[in-house]
Amino acid sequence: MHDWVLSLAIFTPLIGVVIIMLTPKENETLVKSIALLTTLVTAGFGGYILKNFDYDRTKTLQFGVNKQWIEIIGSRYHVGIDGLSLPLLILSMFICILCVIYSWDHFPEPHNPKAFLALILILETGMNGTFIAEDLILFFVFFELVLLPMYFMIGVWGGANRQYASIKFFLFTLFGSALMILGFLALYFRAGHTFDIPTLVQNASTMLPHNSQLWIFGALFMGFAIKVPMFPFHTWLPDAHTEAPTVGSVILAAILLKLGTYGFVRIALPVLPDAAHSFAWFIGLLAVIGIIYGALGCLAQKDLKRLIAFSSVAHMGFVMLGIATLTSFGINAAMFGMVAHGLITGMLFFVAGSIGERYGTREMSRLGGLLVQAPKLGWILGFCAMASLGLPGLAGFWGEFPAILSAFNPAAGLSVVLFRWYMVIASIGTVFAAGYLLWMFQRVAFGEPRDEFAHAHIHDLHTPEWIAWTPMLLGIVALGVFPALMFKLTDGAVQQIGHSLAMVAR
Amino acid sequence: MLSLLAAASSSASSFKAPILDYHAFAPEIVLTGVIVLVLLADLLVPEDRKVLVTNLAGLGVLASLIPIITLAIDGHDRTMFGGAYVVDHFALVMKGLFIATGYVVLLMSTNYVADGDYYEGEFSFLLLSSILGMTVMASARDLITIFVALEMLSLPAYMLAGWRKRDPKSNEAALKYYLLGVLSSAVMLYGMSLVYGVAGTTVLADIGSFFTQFDSQPGIITVALLMIVIGFAFKVSAVPFHFWAPDTYEGAPTPVTAFLSVASKTAGFVALMEILYVGFLSNNNVWGPLCWVLAAITMTVGNLIALRQTNIVRMLAYSSIAQAGYILVPFAVAGENAHALITAQKASVVYLLIYTAMNLGAFGVVIAVARKTRSGEIKSFGGLFTYAPGLTLLMTAFMFSLAGIPPLGGWFAKLFMFSAALDAGTAPAIVLAVIAGVNSVIALFYYASVAREMWMSPVPDGDVTPIRVPPALATALAITVIVTVAVGVYPPLLAKLGDVATLTRAF
Repeated sequence: MHDWVLSLAIFTPLIGVVIIMLTPKENETLVKSIALLTTLVTAGFGGYILKNFDYDRTKTLQFGVNKQWIEIIGSRYHVGIDGLSLPLLILSMFICILCVIYSWDHFPEPHNPKAFLALILILETGMNGTFIAEDLILFFVFFELVLLPMYFMIGVWGGANRQYASIKFFLFTLFGSALMILGFLALYFRAGHTFDIPTLVQNASTMLPHNSQLWIFGALFMGFAIKVPMFPFHTWLPDAHTEAPTVGSVILAAILLKLGTYGFVRIALPVLPDAAHSFAWFIGLLAVIGIIYGALGCLAQKDLKRLIAFSSVAHMGFVMLGIATLTSFGINAAMFGMVAHGLITGMLFFVAGSIGERYGTREMSRLGGLLVQAPKLGWILGFCAMASLGLPGLAGFWGEFPAILSAFNPAAGLSVVLFRWYMVIASIGTVFAAGYLLWMFQRVAFGEPRDEFAHAHIHDLHTPEWIAWTPMLLGIVALGVFPALMFKLTDGAVQQIGHSLAMVAR
Repeated sequence: MLSLLAAASSSASSFKAPILDYHAFAPEIVLTGVIVLVLLADLLVPEDRKVLVTNLAGLGVLASLIPIITLAIDGHDRTMFGGAYVVDHFALVMKGLFIATGYVVLLMSTNYVADGDYYEGEFSFLLLSSILGMTVMASARDLITIFVALEMLSLPAYMLAGWRKRDPKSNEAALKYYLLGVLSSAVMLYGMSLVYGVAGTTVLADIGSFFTQFDSQPGIITVALLMIVIGFAFKVSAVPFHFWAPDTYEGAPTPVTAFLSVASKTAGFVALMEILYVGFLSNNNVWGPLCWVLAAITMTVGNLIALRQTNIVRMLAYSSIAQAGYILVPFAVAGENAHALITAQKASVVYLLIYTAMNLGAFGVVIAVARKTRSGEIKSFGGLFTYAPGLTLLMTAFMFSLAGIPPLGGWFAKLFMFSAALDAGTAPAIVLAVIAGVNSVIALFYYASVAREMWMSPVPDGDVTPIRVPPALATALAITVIVTVAVGVYPPLLAKLGDVATLTRAF
């Protein structure tokens, strides 16, 4: 079990897909039950990992498997889990269960639960795999595996402009990953003919001349930055989010964006610390531009989901700012920010989806009085908006505040003045964040309902919504009150990255 | 003149019959036997039972795989005719590929040809003849043998392209293919004659050692290599020698198009590998840059024009032009150093194997869908998912495999192509890899547009009667999709074949 559990965590969803494919389309309850059972079993393996994980050695890879895979190119099936992967893996399993529950009787047109749930499960395989792959080619395959299901999820079940949004999402991310794979191959041929991430972390920086490091980092940067997405590569995100079905938006915001930031922390920084130092000012710059640009973008939106999408750009800017400081403090904040953003923004997309479904529109100028018509839904929206703007005591705070603080004192060798400016700009960004989120909440929830919906029956929370949302809301509070839950987990692994980064600076 | 006569007579008097290794020839012998049987059976079998002839041809093709397997188990290289005909691992892998391709094309054409009343017996006969030429090509290590093999495989293909003889488009297809094929053969032959004039031999291994020793006559050899490479550039439809391909592919019967876009192209690449890597390795400063330019413009132009196609077969034609560009990438970088040469050969072989499966599969679905819609427009695929979900899944797999998206076979082929470029590691090689990377993003757009029609568009005429796929075609689709998916998920299945199939050994 110990050796198998990670592989089971990756491939159980695929087994579920096969079973769903063999189930007749007419028997929808059975299809849904199989999907739910699959996600629960997968999470069961997650539980086993949580129980048996050695929390005193978070920096070492545990449950590792290292087997022959593609001998001819020296790629191996190497998986393992440490303090960086664990929270994201658990988040991914957790979100997938909730997405299946939420969709129980919310299937968007053209319905077809069989195909829709199969896509969620394929996505889960890709996401889980990415977080525990320790071989670059394996990482790449899982990283790309999420593209097809998400393309179809947006393109088939999406909104009016779905075809444009889905292909845009696909083309942008593929462009990044085409350059990323070239970077991986360059690492292989220049740094000791291996795709093994831990080995590369050991060797690459000594074997590669600074110049090659810069080029390779540039290639990896394109791959990950488009996925995050960082300004100016973010333009696919608002379209994809606006058109995607609710569950698609949730998975996209909660997990898929994390693949990019995780790639930075897992691969780009530790393997190429030298180049990371050279790029840090640039990453920090794009991050703070993203924070401000995202916030200003939010203020210009009419569509609720589009607003949340732009707020994602801003929030991922905070995460990237934390990473750009190259300090353990900043990277810890970034890891926290990823999980917090996953829970909070995932939740916001759930609520926005439910609002859109009830009113038939997500246009904020037509909404209003949600607290009158569906008070529970309204208060949950308010709660999430508060969490998102970084209210202390909720999870968002611990992602945002330490990231800003870390910019006060960037890693040795980086320009302190420059990063303090970034800090100031990012702080202004938090003010904007409070502005657009409260403004959004005010327009959607306060006041009286507009005339067109005055007599409409707006149902308050359905049972599947309660079941799907409660764990997320609890998670937001729990992480807000006990941030050490997360920091304790990530710190060991982050310290190690920070150490290798600091080695180079000297 | 006299001396020439004397030489001829003296060689005639001392003529010794070459030693024939019948085991090495067994695949070709079996294939020839089957061809004769098919022709005879076609005479005797009554008109309404011609499907028996096609079945006989299919079984015969499979039978010729048996000696290939025994030769592979035996394992050691066999050389005949002073090095002109070699049966090594490379030859065996390529022969296996050609024969498997032939079998799948036969399966795909069974009902197509029968339904159209298109002379089934003769069709199988010509198809098998072309495959025979290809198996010879896989073993040819001599300029004349290569030329003979090329004509053997091309002549039947010219006729097959015009098989729908009452359709002017098919006539146009055959004529264009024939004229340009002959032109390219002539150009190539002229180049070969120049090589013979300089090196005094047609055996590639001897040519190779000649040029390693004497670095003479670079001018003439440059011209000769230019002509040979351009001749094959026609065959593999590389830009700017591609313009016959879309018209021929559109006009020819679809199974024949599938055959041309896969097997005939592969044969061209096989010959190119033999000539460049065995014969002219030391002249890589000539053909390396030439292949670089061909690769870069072929994939770029192919992809850009493919974006604008509305007909599925024409789109696949341009897609196969673009794919030829990717396959040319390893050629452009092979000469950089010894290990890049090995990686490049593996990359070419692996790419050709995977490309064959996914492209044949795509044409198979086109044939199946056209049975109902009677149309070649991409629009006719609209809403396919609603009434033919199985075919839709297959086509989706083939399209995204061609685009190179994991976990489908095409990604591994592309990965190998990229790794050849980065193994060479020079600036031009990396630039070419980046061009290829950008191209695979462009290509995604048109491959995904087929998926978009199938999954996201309404049925154009509202006719949602299911498509009946005949068993032969279904078998062909099953074979191709299994290969496409299995290789993507577990690449070692094919990677092993690429690993053994190198023409040159590591230095």
